Amino acid sequence: MGWMDEIKAEFVKTFIRDDRYKVFLTGFENTILITLVSIVVGLIFGIVIAMLRYGYVQVKKRKPVTAVKKAGYVLYFIIDKILALYVAVVRGVPLVVQLLIMAFVIMAGFPNKIVVCCIAMGLNSAAYVSEVVRGGINSVDAGQMEAGRSLGVGAFDTILYIILPQAFKSALPALCNEGIAVLKETSIVGYIAVVDLTRASDLVRSRTMAPMMPLFFIAAVYFACVMILSFGVSFLERRLKQGDRG
Amino acid sequence: MIEVKGLKKEFNGLKVLNGINYTINQGEKIVVIGPSGSGKSTFLRCLNLLEEPTGGEIWFDGTNITDPQNDINKMRQKMGMVFQHFNLFPHMTVLDNITFAPVRLKMQTKAEAKENALRLLRRIGLEDKADEYPNRLSGGQKQRIAIVRALAMNPEVMLFDEPTSALDPEMVGEVLDLIRELADEGMTMVIVTHEMGFAREVGTKILFVDEGLIKEENTPEEFFSHPRNERLREFLSKVL
Repeated sequence: MGWMDEIKAEFVKTFIRDDRYKVFLTGFENTILITLVSIVVGLIFGIVIAMLRYGYVQVKKRKPVTAVKKAGYVLYFIIDKILALYVAVVRGVPLVVQLLIMAFVIMAGFPNKIVVCCIAMGLNSAAYVSEVVRGGINSVDAGQMEAGRSLGVGAFDTILYIILPQAFKSALPALCNEGIAVLKETSIVGYIAVVDLTRASDLVRSRTMAPMMPLFFIAAVYFACVMILSFGVSFLERRLKQGDRG
Repeated sequence: MIEVKGLKKEFNGLKVLNGINYTINQGEKIVVIGPSGSGKSTFLRCLNLLEEPTGGEIWFDGTNITDPQNDINKMRQKMGMVFQHFNLFPHMTVLDNITFAPVRLKMQTKAEAKENALRLLRRIGLEDKADEYPNRLSGGQKQRIAIVRALAMNPEVMLFDEPTSALDPEMVGEVLDLIRELADEGMTMVIVTHEMGFAREVGTKILFVDEGLIKEENTPEEFFSHPRNERLREFLSKVL
C-alpha cells in the first residue's frame, strides 16, 4: 500500500466513516458563533468601559462644588476603580480558569453552555478592548477635545463623535489582533464540554487513533479564518484612511 | 460684555496668572501680546474656561461663568475660539466640520446648517473644498475654515489664540485678512498674537501681559509709540 493510499484511508476514517464530517461541521459552527458573539460583546463593553474611564479622567480635572456633584464625583471615582480592578483581574487570571468559574460557579446550572462561553469570552475580551481603545483615545490630540468643547458641544458628544472615531482608527490594528486572539482562544471551550473545532478533532481522534489528519485539518481551518479576518480588517483600514493625506 | 475680576490660575503650584482685572466691551478688539510663558494664552483660554481659573471671577453677558452652577456649554456657544493648531476634525469633511456643532446642538437643521456653511465657505472662497478632508488643505485654508467653523455658531465674541503662529509666512496674510474683515464688521474679539503690525492696525486696545499680570494697557498708537513699562519697552525693542 503506497503513501497515497494511506492518506486516503486516513481521510476516509477521519471524515467519511460514521459521517464524522458532521462533528467537524458542528465544531466549526460553534467556533464561529462563539467568536463572533464574543467579539461583538467585547467591542460593546470594551468601548463603554474605555469611554467611562476616559470620561472620569475628564471629570477629575474639575473640582466638584455642589453637594450633588460631589456625590456624583465620588460615585464616578468608585466606578472607575471597579473598572480598573475588573481589567486587572481579567488580565491576571488565565482565560481557562475564568471560563471554568463562569461555567461552574457564576452561571452554574445554566443549560446552554455556548451562551456561557460567549459571556465568559466576551467579558474577557472587553477588558483587553477597553485598554486598546483607551490607548487609541490617548493618541488623539488633546486639541480635538478642546475644539469640540469650545464649540459648546458636551463632553459625552465630543468623545462619541470626535474622539472615538479617530481613536478607533488608530486602534484598529490592535483590535484586529484582539479579534484573532478571541478566535484562537475559543479552542479552550472544550473544557466545559462545548464541541468546537478543537473538541471535534479530539472526539474524532479518540475514535480513529489517527492524530495527524484531524489536527492538521483544524489548524488549516483556524489559519484560513484568521486570514479572512485580517483581510476584512485591512479593507476597513483602507476605507478609514480616506481622511489621510495622499 | 466680559468682565474679568482678579483672575488667577495655577498649574500644580506654578503661578501663571496672578490676578488679572479687565473689562472687554462690545465691539472692542483686544490684542494681547507678551513674551512666551507670560500667561497670555492661559488668560485667553480662561475666558471660555478651557482652563479652569483657580481664583477670581469672569462675568459674561451679566452672568458669572466661573460659578459652578453656570452652564459652560451655553456660554461656549456664544464664544468662538480659534486655535494655533487649527484643530479641525480630520475624520470629517470641511462641510461636516462646520455643521457638526450647530446640528448636534440642534441650533439649526441639517439643511440650514449646510446652507449657512456653504455661504460662509463662499465668502472665504473655499466653496469647492466643502467635500474635502482637512489634511488635503494648506495651513492657511485650514485656519480660515477653523474661523468659519467658529462663526457658524454666530458667536458674540471670537477668541484667537495665536492664529497665525503655526502658518508658513506666505499664508499669514490670508488669515489676517479674514480676521480684519470680521473686525471691520464689528465682531468683538480677543486676539493673542505676535503680529505687531496687525495688532497695531486692528486692535482698539493692546494689552501687554507679563508675569501673569497686565503690565500695560493702551490704544495702539500710545502703546507702540510711548510704551511706559520698562519690560514692555525691552520686549518691543526685541520684536519690532
